[in-house]
This record gives sequence, C-alpha cells and structure tokens, in this order.
Amino acid sequence: MNFSPSDWSAIRLTLELATLATALLILLGTPVAWWLAHTRSRIKPVVVSLVAMPLVLPPSVIGFYLLVFMGPNGPLGQLTQSLGIGTLPFTFGGLLIASCIYSTPFVIQPLQNAFEAIDDRMYEAAATLRAGPLDRFFNVAVPLAKPGFLTAAVLGFAHTVGEFGVVLMIGGNIPDKTRVVSVQIYDYVEALEYSEAHRLAMLMLIFSFIVLFLLYTFNPTRKKGG
Amino acid sequence: MIEADLTLTLPGFELEARLELPLHGVTALFGPSGSGKSTLLRCIAGLARPQRGRITVNDVVWQDEKTFVPPHQRPIGMVFQDAALFPHLNVQQNLDFGAKRSKTKASGTDNLIELLGIAHLLTRRTDTLSGGEKQRVAIARALFSAPQMLLLDEPLAALDAQRKSELLPYLDALHQELDLPVLYVSHAPEEVARLADHIVQLSNGRVVRSGAAMEIFPYLQLPFTQEEGIFTLLPATIELHDSYDHLTQVSIGAHRLWVRYIDKPVGSAVRLRLLARDISLSLDPGARESSILNTLRTEVVGMEETAPGRTLVKLALDDGPLLMSRITTRSARSLQLRLGQEIYAQIKGVAPLE
Repeated sequence: MNFSPSDWSAIRLTLELATLATALLILLGTPVAWWLAHTRSRIKPVVVSLVAMPLVLPPSVIGFYLLVFMGPNGPLGQLTQSLGIGTLPFTFGGLLIASCIYSTPFVIQPLQNAFEAIDDRMYEAAATLRAGPLDRFFNVAVPLAKPGFLTAAVLGFAHTVGEFGVVLMIGGNIPDKTRVVSVQIYDYVEALEYSEAHRLAMLMLIFSFIVLFLLYTFNPTRKKGG
Repeated sequence: MIEADLTLTLPGFELEARLELPLHGVTALFGPSGSGKSTLLRCIAGLARPQRGRITVNDVVWQDEKTFVPPHQRPIGMVFQDAALFPHLNVQQNLDFGAKRSKTKASGTDNLIELLGIAHLLTRRTDTLSGGEKQRVAIARALFSAPQMLLLDEPLAALDAQRKSELLPYLDALHQELDLPVLYVSHAPEEVARLADHIVQLSNGRVVRSGAAMEIFPYLQLPFTQEEGIFTLLPATIELHDSYDHLTQVSIGAHRLWVRYIDKPVGSAVRLRLLARDISLSLDPGARESSILNTLRTEVVGMEETAPGRTLVKLALDDGPLLMSRITTRSARSLQLRLGQEIYAQIKGVAPLE
C-alpha cells in the first residue's frame, strides 16, 4: 500500500484520537458503569437512557448540540474562553470530547454488563477475608470483569476510529489537527480520487475485521462466578 | 461469648433475635428454611445490617447504635453454601487471599491442608473441583485468614448425599483438632446431631430454644425431618465392654442399654441415635422370648398422627430425656395409649454417633 504523507498524518491522528478517547472513557466510564450495575436509584433509567443515546441519534444531532455547547456562546465555550483556551470546536481537544461522547455506550455498556454478572457472593467472600471496598474493587471486581474491560476498550477504540459525522461537524477537516482517516476518505471521494479512497477504505475494512475477529475469538466469556 | 440482640425487617420477614452464644465448640443455628438462621449468621458476619441491634463479642462491640464494624474488620472466617471461591484465582491463590490480608498469621496452615485433604489440589483451577473439594478449599481459605470464629452457612446443603458423607469426617476432624468456635447454620438434624455442642433453634425469625446440644436435642420437635428419619439423641456414658459378644453397655441416668461395641474407654461420653421407627411399645416388661436386648420403662407424654395410619409417640425417660416411637395408629389404639401412661419401649436399634 502506498500512502501519501497526508494519509499517514490522518492515520496517526486517528490512532491518537482513538487511544486517548478509549483511555479517557475507561477511566471515566468505569465508575459510571459500576454505579449503574449496583444502584437502586430512581434516576438509574435516566442515566441508562442518556448513556445509550449515541446509539440511536444521528451523529449530526450530537455534533450540532456539541457545537452549540462548546461554541463561543455555549456554557462550555464560555468556560474555556474564560480559562484562556479559546473555543473547542475545530480543535483536537474538541474532537476528543466529541469522540468520547459518541463512543460512550460502547464502553459503559460492556463494563456495566460485566459488573452485573459478578455474583455478590464474591464481594461478600472477599469482605469476610478482610478485603475492604477498594481492595474488593481492584482485586475481585476488575479481574472478574476483565472480559468486559477488553470488550469495552476494543469497541470504544474501533468505534472512535470509525466515526465520521461527529468529526465532520466538530472537527471539520483541518490537516494534522482534525482530519482523521474517515474524513480523508470522504475528501478523496469528493475529489473523485477513487483509487486513493480505496486504499484507505480497504485499510479501515481490514482493521475493523481483524479487531472484531480477535475480540470474538480470544475474549474469554466467563460464567457467573461461583 | 457472643451477645446479640437485633431486629431486622425485610419485606415479608422479620428477624427478632436475642441470644447469647458461647465462644467455644460448635454452635448450631438450626431451623427450617425461612426461619432466619442464615440471616442471623449474616448479621454476625456484618454482611446484613439489622435496623436495630447490638452485637458484642467478648465485650467488643461489633454493632450498636453508633458503631457498625464492617465485615472486613471483623475477625471472622465464613464459608458459604456454594463455596464462593474466586474463579480468577487457583486454589493456592484463593487460600492466600485471606492469609495475605490478615494481620495475624494463621498457624499450622500446612497441617490444615493435610487435615482437609487438599494438598493435591493447590495448583488446580477452581472450576475443575468437585462440590466437596470446593467446600474443603473454602473452609481452608476461611481458616487461613486466622479468624477468631468460623461461620458456616449450610456448607453441606449444596452437596449430594455422597459428597455430604465425604465432607462430614473433615468437619469432625476440624472440630476435634481446632480450638476455634464455630457457628454452624443447618436445617439437617443429622448434621446438628453429629457436630453441635450447642443448639439455637429458630422458627419464623424468633429463637425458640437455646442451650447445650444434649439438653436441647431430645426436646426438638422435628416437623422438618422426613418422618422416616425422625430420631432422638441421647447422651450416654460407657459403662463396660463385653468383648465376647462384641457389645458395649452404656448408661443413661439410671438406665442401662446394650449397644454394639464402641471403641472408646469406659467412662467416655457418647451420643446415641435412636430412630423412632426402631422403637416399639409394649405394656409388658417381660419379653424374655425376644431378640430385643433393650427395654426401657417410659411414660407417654405426647401422641401425634404424623401420617395416615402412623402415630408418633413421645416418651419420657423418668423426668429426663425424650424418646420417640413410631407405631401404627392401630397399635396405638389397641394398646389404648393415653398421656401419662406407663409403657415399655423396646429398642431394636441404637447407633452411637461418632
């Protein structure tokens, strides 16, 4: 495959974005998933619905509201301006936030499912063996939810790599800053450069297949602990 | 001593227990399902939190109005019905889980592995173990954390009869070898008869009886036992051995019984198990022309038709322990049995426990 420098730049940017977004989502999504798995709060359905929204909303809707939210007159925009960062749309930072929101369900749902599948007996047994709450989380919950973490990371990463609509609305199409692979492909098609588009499109196709294939082949699904 | 006084209300169930438990030997929390025995154990472990209550152990407060010591800070070891081994750890790592976190190191852990017969399992994954092996590992894991008391929540209930009888000798051995108080939740009279030194009987969330096993057991009414298996337990002392006929004579108060040879010195205490179906009744003490070796004079203190055509007769030995005899209702009628009547119990079979 013969990639141009701008292709390489788009690939690098895509990987950076997906890696950061996945890391952020695992970090922030784990407590949310844990809370969802254990809460009996009445607002749980509200949170579950919010988390699942990106699954059904057109990316343009998410992109539009994020644009407003992060724009010069939006609440986040005013905050970032007062902090002297400027506004986030059409920056890598803005793209990262948008990616996180767009991929949220792909990370939180597998984690929540994994936490819910762990038998409470495991935590009770650990507690009677002198493990405190944090100890139980890191040494019982996390290892037992490992398949869930793997699924969450892979899906979050792959989904971020594959996003297009939100990127276009929030990131625009700035080389080296926000022009990711999916946008690059779009540009090639618009310019009727089909063979260039085909190179990158095939790369995405192969990448997606390999990632999902590895996930479904090697991720152990553990039966409920007992 | 454990002193507990607590109230726990769940939808459709209320546990209101007030009791004192000794901190030595095996104390059985005994009752049918739904009687609150497991919930009581979970309150003591700190896994369930009574709305109101006070729990002290040797005058250390585990719970009162202001205090609630969380389970990981209570010096207990607990074994669950389903073993609850960690599937992501192998047997040795399961054992180490509690050991690593315990401030005091358990002594004699090698001996324990020996005692529970799990030396050959240490490198195994937990999902490759049989039910009985899992329970033995779970018991060892609890003991590795050097607990001051061991809580067993129906450790045999999930096992089939074969596995049960495999595990019981290990529990016996622990009982003999370890100087550790054990709280044992069970609904099976055979387990309680075999293991318990003290019994707390629960029913509908209330403590019905509590006391030394030998005193309590004969008085337990056993509506939850299979009628076929109803038995009473009598404390007895070995008086003499007859090696010629391979028999041992034991005494129960002033009464003497011949039982099959028991390999224990004269003067030892034993528990005898008398199945109700092995005791028949006679108005006549004689019975010289009979294969029955043991006849006791008793008094009828209760009668109940437990199944169509079958009557369970409760008999008192002097003022002491109770016996139960299961006879046909026709026999009860033809003997004209009535409360307070004197009658001779012919004992066909007596099995020493242990």
